Amino acid sequence: MQTKKIINDGNRAVDEMLEGILAAHPRHLRSADGSPRSIIARDGPRPGKVGLVIGGGSGHEPTFLGFVGKGLADAAAIGNVFASPPPDPILECAKAVSGGAGVLFMYGNYAGDVMNFDMAAEMAAMDDIEVRTVLTTDDVASAPHDQRHKRRGVAGNFFIFKAAGAACDRMLPLDEVERIARKANDHTFTMGVALSPCSLPQTRRPNFEIGADEMEIGMGIHGEPGIARGTLKTADEITDEMLDKIFAEMAPKRGDTVAVLVNSLGSTPLMELYIMNRRAKQRLDDIGVSIHATWVGNYCTSLEMAGASVTLFHLDEELRTMLDHPCDCAMFRAG
Amino acid sequence: MTIDAADLKRLFDTIAAAIEADRDRLCQLDGVIGDADHGIAMALGFNAVRDALAPLDLATIEPTALLNLAAKSFLNAVGASSGPLYATAFMRAAAAVKGKAKLADADVVALFQAMAQGIRDRGKAEPGEKTMVDAWQPAAEAAAVAHAAGKTLSQSLEAALAAAESGAEATKDMIAAKGRSSRLGERSLGHIDPGAASAVTVIRAVRDGLA
Repeated sequence: MQTKKIINDGNRAVDEMLEGILAAHPRHLRSADGSPRSIIARDGPRPGKVGLVIGGGSGHEPTFLGFVGKGLADAAAIGNVFASPPPDPILECAKAVSGGAGVLFMYGNYAGDVMNFDMAAEMAAMDDIEVRTVLTTDDVASAPHDQRHKRRGVAGNFFIFKAAGAACDRMLPLDEVERIARKANDHTFTMGVALSPCSLPQTRRPNFEIGADEMEIGMGIHGEPGIARGTLKTADEITDEMLDKIFAEMAPKRGDTVAVLVNSLGSTPLMELYIMNRRAKQRLDDIGVSIHATWVGNYCTSLEMAGASVTLFHLDEELRTMLDHPCDCAMFRAG
Repeated sequence: MTIDAADLKRLFDTIAAAIEADRDRLCQLDGVIGDADHGIAMALGFNAVRDALAPLDLATIEPTALLNLAAKSFLNAVGASSGPLYATAFMRAAAAVKGKAKLADADVVALFQAMAQGIRDRGKAEPGEKTMVDAWQPAAEAAAVAHAAGKTLSQSLEAALAAAESGAEATKDMIAAKGRSSRLGERSLGHIDPGAASAVTVIRAVRDGLA
């Protein structure tokens, strides 16, 4: 049976969404001339500033294009649903945001994205634009700790892009921006759980099967299977399981500070996210870790998947400064 | 037999039709160990190639230019993993037959090998890592071996198809080491790699189209 969606034509879903987004956010966003899938910040790119280009597949909104704006990303390259954009729109983003100080590409660590962004970086180099790349690898469920470079990037993108965008906006040079971006990635830990599948607009079929009383622990944001399938537990038990895994890697000490993101994968409502956040606060209080800021809501989704992720951003003075730096994006504001 | 630009265009039409017919099966295979979009990406890509080649003046265009156009249109329609992989395959194929208006059997075999090598290079994948390389690599080798043994092009392509089929089947017993499914570890066992499965469909269409 086909899933229900409010769409016109599955093959036109991404482009029609972009039309709607540009109509809603004309003050923040525009598309590059002749490249409708290159979404550029109206305010942000400027001479002498490192340009930050993010991007990836559609279906994760507000990731990626919702984080385009002054103080955060300068542009986002938009792919088909769950598919990396090809090199051309990435290159057009790089050209549009290049202020002569270099461009940083940041995106989740997926094979397709790496190939397309690398091809775009080679093409940008031919146009004398220096491009560096920082991959996000915050999903603790996707590979062991000693193979962190193999992990995928998920909801923690939010913190990592935020820190890098702030570094760009503060006019730091490319070396410094890259260093801060890598540090932010190293300090970000996400763990997710999925309860029900999503379906692609083109197929409208559930993209995995899961029992009525089951959950998939560590599922990826495209419905890739996680580390284990288990019986659905309570909010506190799920949150504990996530935080136990995150704490084991982050090794928080009493007196440390974190930022928290409790993210819906699409259809899990705020009520459930706040129940999880309540437990996260208890657990952090218990180990003497203070919470600098908390975000709860849809930040990195997987179409209509039910489920949630918890991300901790382990702060030091520098990362806290970057997190607190003001930004004004179409779908996110801070400071 | 010789192959010219018009034959290559018809071949791409044949591949596009074969992939379109296989689209849902490929999505289902991908749904098991990936994100269920592989059939969509492949169909988008080959339909874009078909549309890009349709207006060409086949009397004047050379195979190299046709293959480069195929690469560009596939890449820009798809992105994803299959975009760069197949685009690189077509670009290497284009380079392998540069300057030739008509392709002899040996040229087609060389083109096949260039495609397989391009996919390997772009994806930095080795045989045994549960990817489309596990179909393309043995297929290219089998075609070369058959051609060297004096077989006709259609016999060589038949050998390529058989090798691709067994190569794809063998991915069931492999643990994914590349791509999204590599995060699954042993949970990827028992499932055919969708990229290898679609490679078989492409190679079967090549055999059908050039036989």
